[in-house]
Amino acid sequence: MRHLKTAALAVSVSVMAMTAAQAAGHGGKTIKWTSQGDALTLDPHSQNEGPTTAMNGLVYESLVTRDPELNLVPELATSWEPTEDGWMFKLREGVTFHGGEALTAGDVAFSINRAKQETSDFRTLITSVTGVRVIDDYTVELVTDGPNPILPNQLTNIFIMDSGWATENNVVRPQDYAASEETFSIRNANGTGPYIITERLPEEMTVLEANADWWGAGQFPGNVTRIEYRPITNAATRVAALLSGEVDFVLDPPLQDLERIGNTDGLRYETVAQIRSIFFGYDQGAEELRTSNIEGANPFADVRVRKAVSLAIDRNAIQRVVMDGLSVPGGMVASPGVLGWNAEHDTPPAVDIAAAQALMAEAGYGDGFSVRLDCPNNRYNNDEAICQAAVSMLARIGIDVTLDALPRSQHFPKIQNRETDFYLLGWGVPTLDSHYIFSFLMQTGGSWNATGYSDPELDALVEAMLTETDIPARTAMIEQAWDIVQAAEPYTTIHHQVLAWGLRDGVTVPMAADDTPRFRYAVVE
Amino acid sequence: MFSFILRRLLQSVLVMAAVSALSFSLFNFVGDPVNNMVGQEASPEDRQNIRDALGLDDPILVQYVRFLGNAVQGDFGLSYRSKQDVSDMILERLPATLELVAVSAVIALVIGVVAGVYTGIRRDSWLSRSILSVSLVGVSLPTFIIGIGLIYLFAVYLRLLPSSGRAGVTDLGFWRTSFLTVDGWRAIILPALTLSLFQTTMILRLVRSEMLEVMRTDYIKFARARGLSDRAINFTHALRNTLVPVVTIIGLNIGGLIAFSIITETVFQWPGTGLLFIQAVEFADVPVMAAYLMFVALMFVIVNLIVDILYVSIDPRIRIGSS
Amino acid sequence: MTTDPTPHQVASRPRMWTRIRESDIGYSFFRSPFAMVAAAVTVAFLLAAALAPWIAPYNPFDPAQVSLWDGKLPPSFAGGDERYFLGTDNQGRDLWSTILYGGRLSIIIGLAAVFFGMTLGVVLGVVAGYLGGWVDTLIMRVADVQLTIPGILVAILINGVGQIMLPQELRAEFSVYVVIFAIGLSDWPQFARVTRGAALVEKEREYVQAARVIGLPGWLIMWRHVLPNVLRPVLVLATIGLALAIIAEATLSFLGQGVPPTTPSLGTLIRVGQEFMFSGLWWIAFFPALTLVILVFAVNLLGDWMRDALNPKLR
Repeated sequence: MRHLKTAALAVSVSVMAMTAAQAAGHGGKTIKWTSQGDALTLDPHSQNEGPTTAMNGLVYESLVTRDPELNLVPELATSWEPTEDGWMFKLREGVTFHGGEALTAGDVAFSINRAKQETSDFRTLITSVTGVRVIDDYTVELVTDGPNPILPNQLTNIFIMDSGWATENNVVRPQDYAASEETFSIRNANGTGPYIITERLPEEMTVLEANADWWGAGQFPGNVTRIEYRPITNAATRVAALLSGEVDFVLDPPLQDLERIGNTDGLRYETVAQIRSIFFGYDQGAEELRTSNIEGANPFADVRVRKAVSLAIDRNAIQRVVMDGLSVPGGMVASPGVLGWNAEHDTPPAVDIAAAQALMAEAGYGDGFSVRLDCPNNRYNNDEAICQAAVSMLARIGIDVTLDALPRSQHFPKIQNRETDFYLLGWGVPTLDSHYIFSFLMQTGGSWNATGYSDPELDALVEAMLTETDIPARTAMIEQAWDIVQAAEPYTTIHHQVLAWGLRDGVTVPMAADDTPRFRYAVVE
Repeated sequence: MFSFILRRLLQSVLVMAAVSALSFSLFNFVGDPVNNMVGQEASPEDRQNIRDALGLDDPILVQYVRFLGNAVQGDFGLSYRSKQDVSDMILERLPATLELVAVSAVIALVIGVVAGVYTGIRRDSWLSRSILSVSLVGVSLPTFIIGIGLIYLFAVYLRLLPSSGRAGVTDLGFWRTSFLTVDGWRAIILPALTLSLFQTTMILRLVRSEMLEVMRTDYIKFARARGLSDRAINFTHALRNTLVPVVTIIGLNIGGLIAFSIITETVFQWPGTGLLFIQAVEFADVPVMAAYLMFVALMFVIVNLIVDILYVSIDPRIRIGSS
Repeated sequence: MTTDPTPHQVASRPRMWTRIRESDIGYSFFRSPFAMVAAAVTVAFLLAAALAPWIAPYNPFDPAQVSLWDGKLPPSFAGGDERYFLGTDNQGRDLWSTILYGGRLSIIIGLAAVFFGMTLGVVLGVVAGYLGGWVDTLIMRVADVQLTIPGILVAILINGVGQIMLPQELRAEFSVYVVIFAIGLSDWPQFARVTRGAALVEKEREYVQAARVIGLPGWLIMWRHVLPNVLRPVLVLATIGLALAIIAEATLSFLGQGVPPTTPSLGTLIRVGQEFMFSGLWWIAFFPALTLVILVFAVNLLGDWMRDALNPKLR
């Protein structure tokens, strides 16, 4: 019986898609695009990962979303306000899922609860939510365990599903790792969004058609009615697809190929500063480093050594040569645009080898020491080349660095398991708030704090800013926390990434610092 | 004959047992699978929960027996990465790889045999020498360089053929083929050519040396003495005699084509099993890696078995020799 | 055409030279311009590899000598800096020096891998041939199985697993050995087959039987007689194997499974360079690739000529 219903739904969805395509008529345009990796799953709560969220964001919608300038804008909620217990959301009326069901508060409650389940990859974003109260069909209240001023910021990727559809197809929980069968929601989607998936071949081709019944039809400048997405892993091949005219838009062209793209007739590239900082982390808490020739002491425990590294890193050379100009050299683990960023902290020191050597000597390491640098080789823009450049820069102040560059699946466990002395990491801030940085990277025991850095004063501030609702007071706390962190230098920032997209002339996709293409704003001539 | 096949079958089972042990051992050596399944915010407790759910902390032997039992039923579990059924993933990708391999094998066979026969007969002509030299350049160039070179020339510079991916695919329900449309053929040319190059050279050289040997046999000398035309000798007598080993080698080389398709598929983003495998290696997606290994081993075993049986039925001397 | 039974005798130089010139192989060699050029190129590469630290103007493996500001400079003849004949790579390393050092590493890996595969194969071949019985069956069945599985797949696997099994501290240090082991291991069955065949023949000879009768270990005597007999085919296999090993190393590197880019081999240089193929920095991939192709081509030519020259049936 269940299968029958499923089949019926599949048919109805495909019929809808046809009408959508027909409705689009002559005005509809197709955009073909590519990037490195395909969405891993269509389940909206199963994987908190860039490409997956980008794909699901075309089909599913959240209560609140961000526009290309990253301002919070209404999506399924038309307005929201804090209450005594949490936040109240007014839902948009007349919204239907692709399957035909109307969106109600019950669906929102169901989806929030689903995203909070153990198998959800998004639940850390909404740990503060303790319950959902359905007030009426179009009003819903999210109850939090204390005031949470940034809850709307945390909801932008929490997609809303149809509770009836989920129950029918037995996907009330996000994919369970222990399940021996895959679930229906991995290959099937039923959202409220502007596009409907009509063909899905993982890692090969995904086709989406405009949803004619979308609430936002006609309210956005975009004219794209058909999206064809084809992931291409190899960077050279990906650029070749753009150069040969097979795709209109490449999300992640290699930086070194941008000039070529810009010089090719009919192609162009656009750039925007990304909210992601790239930095080195030091294990300063250990008694002794694992990979150093120094025994009985930890050179990185001395702040002078960390400051010396910062003085020896030639950020401008990295920007010019390794990044082809596409990075913003920086001095703090927060990019412009994040609440708490300030220009003074973010100005890196000028290269000064003599001063660095003096600091090393003062710290008692005038003869240098050896250490291993752990580096990913497929996560950030030119990550391995950055590390390689650092190896030769640090050789000048006597630090003999061995580089171990590995795919991210082998690099990140070293950080999470605290098995690294010296490492490269990048950190993006989806909430645009410094708390996200402090709590993961600097708080004692933060899940990505592999440095052993621990400061009770900072910890107290980070706890306090979580529930402080007075905005100026909270901002002051953030500033104070940054002063502490910058003086201690637990990390040495190299730069903030700059995003670059390659496009065919006549195709406009508004760039956003979160690297998400928002096709509802895309125009194809 | 029967006992020979039985012995080979037994041998095949042993091979599969060895490969399954290897596949299973991957689960214990490659990366930390849990890290690929959770986001960057997951806590250590979350990680432990997943370890428990997957039984990653059970004794090795328990895990192996569980693995074998499931593998026999074609159940390799879910991909750590996409959480799809691994057997389904491989079966979905199989047509792409097999079609690529088939086209490559045909290219290699046609070019290899024609050029091999020619260079075997006209051993000292300048054309033969050039063909041999060019073929040597072919084996001296790594596959990935040839692939990128072809993309640059035919897709970016001449804009004649698509640079990557599979296109114009028709779904027959049980098989998705790119043989039925012009687009499909256009897309398969470059990767197939790249993949075939090494095998072409192998076949060329094999046919040539077989031709050289056959031409010296008494049998051909006798035919010549009988006054048969060169043409008749070359094609009916000599070539026919070289074909038995050639066919055998091609059978075995199908395995080589499947292995090298890993590289070709990576360069051309050809959505086959090789690409699946290399992506799985990158993400330490062990269930996919293990299943791919077992699958490739099974293909090799089957192809070898068929070749062995063919060989024995064609050439009775082997039967005597082996017993 | 029989081999001199005592090839290890020390001969005076002029006599040896004459003997080489007048031998069948020597005759064929000096008649074949291809073979001579190939041999010359191969020797030149081996010399360059051996002398790299003295020929190269810079030491690209020493990070302190590298300045990032010199990165991505074109070759001096194409408008680049005159300090850098072939230009620099994306890290500012002198490409000419890097190719010399990288070629050295590639050749060392290739030679070591072939030597490893050859030793393993010859030893196992003699053991299989001499002992016979289940040992023979076991060894040759394993060889059969391995011959059917393509070497590159074996190498990817061994290398992948090896990199992960090694403790982290040793990984960077041992990556070269893992690559050698991975490539060499996929190579041994061919050597084993050839050697086993020769050993089977020798085993039945009277001197082996006689040695056995008087209580000497037969295999010790046999060893000295089997080796000269298999020398020629093993040499041919080794030469072709060297070319394949160098390519295999490059392919592993392309798939990101090879030696690290701080101490690059030719393959790693090409992998890094191919990322710049479309961006106008053609020299970073082109010169290492050209070097690789010339090297492998020369070795292949040499192997090819050897196969023909050492196969009495074809002369």
